[in-house]
Amino acid sequence: MVEAQQNVKKDRPVYRNIGLAQLIKYRLPWAGKVSILHRISGAVLFLLLPFILYLFDQSLASELSYQNFQAFTGNILVKIICLGLIWSFLHHFCAGIRYLLLDLEIGVEKSESNRSAIIVLIVGIALTAVVGLKLFGLY
Amino acid sequence: MPIYQIGPKRLVVGAHYGLKEWIIQRVTAIVMVVFTVVLLVDYCVTGSATYEGWSGLFSNQFMKLLTLLAFFSLFYHAWIGVRDIWMDYIKPVSIRLTLQVLTVLYLVACAAYAVQILWKV
Repeated sequence: MVEAQQNVKKDRPVYRNIGLAQLIKYRLPWAGKVSILHRISGAVLFLLLPFILYLFDQSLASELSYQNFQAFTGNILVKIICLGLIWSFLHHFCAGIRYLLLDLEIGVEKSESNRSAIIVLIVGIALTAVVGLKLFGLY
Repeated sequence: MPIYQIGPKRLVVGAHYGLKEWIIQRVTAIVMVVFTVVLLVDYCVTGSATYEGWSGLFSNQFMKLLTLLAFFSLFYHAWIGVRDIWMDYIKPVSIRLTLQVLTVLYLVACAAYAVQILWKV
């Protein structure tokens, strides 16, 4: 019995300084996936801040710039970039709310936090679909 | 400053480790949530997307200030988040410090642009 347990222990991969090659094999729990996506979505929003501000500027500056804004965002490529930004924002928003709740010690149990991580992923994608369908003019 | 941080072993990068950043990250997040809810409610009430409605919303002094608060919260929030990314992945002090300085300059420029946008309306 003890021997069997030791064998099981031996077979487990040990990760210390994770390299890129190991990252592919590394199976994150849902909370881990939400966490790294929270970081990636935050970084994307940070990098595209000038683009977001430019869109905001165009939409507000004047009647004419508003028309330019509408024409610009009518472009399919711009729409796709916007959809990426919308997902980034919504995922970051939902994951952030989850962290705020965890700070209040709501849902800190292992099973609850696993479930809330899955909910965050699904809600982020679902809301992106709702806004995305509007963006592409399907309703 | 603890004694072991004096001399060649002292911390030369990073911006105030600890509680202050942690609290600011959460306060700024809540400000942005409030702003998002206000925008969402406005969208649900007015429903239509016209230039008059959109610019009218931001010509309101209260909304201007709330938007400015949300933007400044965003930039401070982004500073803490991006600083954490540099601290996690970039080990050489010279590169990390350079990236942190560039991040601050970038965000200050964004803040100036945001003020300019809001006060044109």
